Amino acid sequence: MNTGPVIARDVLMRGIRAFFYARDYAEVETPIRLKIPCMELHIDAEPSGDHFLRTSPEIFHKQLLAAGHQRIFEIGKCFRHGERGPLHHPEYTMLEWYQTGADYMDILEETKQLIACVWKGVSRDWKILPVSEAFQEFAGWDPAGNYDENRFDIDLVDKVEPAIRKIGGPVVLKDYPVEAAALSRKKNGNPLVAERWELYIDGVEIANAYSELTDPVEQRMRFEECAAQRRALGKTVYPIDEAFLQALEHMPPAGGVALGVDRLLMLLLGASTLDAVLPFRN
Amino acid sequence: MYSASDLKKGLKIEIDGDPCMITNFEFSKPGKGQALYRCKIKNLITGNTFDKTYRSVEKINKASLMSRDFTFSYIDGDNYVFSDNETFEEAILSDELLGDLKYFIVDDMEVEILFHNERALDITLPNFVEMVIAETEPGARGDTATNVMKPAKLDNGYEINVPIFINEGDMIRIDTRTGTYADRVAKG
Repeated sequence: MNTGPVIARDVLMRGIRAFFYARDYAEVETPIRLKIPCMELHIDAEPSGDHFLRTSPEIFHKQLLAAGHQRIFEIGKCFRHGERGPLHHPEYTMLEWYQTGADYMDILEETKQLIACVWKGVSRDWKILPVSEAFQEFAGWDPAGNYDENRFDIDLVDKVEPAIRKIGGPVVLKDYPVEAAALSRKKNGNPLVAERWELYIDGVEIANAYSELTDPVEQRMRFEECAAQRRALGKTVYPIDEAFLQALEHMPPAGGVALGVDRLLMLLLGASTLDAVLPFRN
Repeated sequence: MYSASDLKKGLKIEIDGDPCMITNFEFSKPGKGQALYRCKIKNLITGNTFDKTYRSVEKINKASLMSRDFTFSYIDGDNYVFSDNETFEEAILSDELLGDLKYFIVDDMEVEILFHNERALDITLPNFVEMVIAETEPGARGDTATNVMKPAKLDNGYEINVPIFINEGDMIRIDTRTGTYADRVAKG
């Protein structure tokens, strides 16, 4: 077995932890097995007995913010059913962090600093592209206010992502159509889009960030809509997480981001698939 | 019917009535979006290749392909006629469909023919066939080097490179998968 990637991961992990410790973040641990997975349209949880394995620690992190924590991070395994490919593995390592009082652009700044800190060779030239502009330029239409999920996903993968790969280096797509807001809040002054961004490095999607939605009424509506869509697709419908919605009532404004550690390591090592960094990939 | 998650390299599917093969396949899932299966596809009738992206909810038709064993019977103009080993039904393949394989078909050869519905699509010959060299320059006596090649012709006109020690009238074995010389068949 080539030991290089294992040691490179250790170096990366130490770098990430040092970055957050230096910024007064508390490292937290949250449950990996849970009763109610976070409901998202296209993310399926792996069953584990009478529980599910987490697809993200997001729900628990927000409850910690509601309980008064201000800066938290966690590095841990997450699981997604049926995701397997050059850039996907059903079990993977996620870094997730939250900061109260911050919005998605503050989190972008911090992400830039983190990446620069753990990856000396990465380009410092970050391109920021609103989703509307990227789609108009590379796919010929504007999905904001004119959203068509199938067209959006297919054009994203077939047209926009290849263009981003061509640009190379770090590219941020920001302000997603509100229909793809997930758990982010609507943008101030433009209700057609949500304060969400995704970071790509060399064409590989690496992180997803929000100005967090803290309105329990709107969040409940989104969950209910998502449940109906999942039902229509014949997918497992998870119950609505009342403890989470209750916590949202006390949650201060915050920004948060999830970053795929395996993909970051893969890029850092100049590899093009996760095979290079997952020594037990089956 | 296949569902999108059954797709993989080498799978044969049917698109607009034509049998097609997936020649390249990639799972893709954009952030928060649905799983997409990006395929490179080859139309097995026209040979054209194209890209197609499937969503996980899509259903894809199976290509109704079937292989049957045949024996070569005779040549009729530009067509090669084969007879089904069990039913004795005839299958007719044009020399255009056979391409260079037509040079390696010999009397009573057993072959496998792939059909889409009733249409013959492809043929598989035995891996090796023995044929006689009709024409080649004489080689230097005693030279048994196998890495020095020279051109030769079969009596059906097929041109092939053979080692320098092969002479007219020698029987050689040809690898039908590559159309190249394999070895000399010992005399007697």
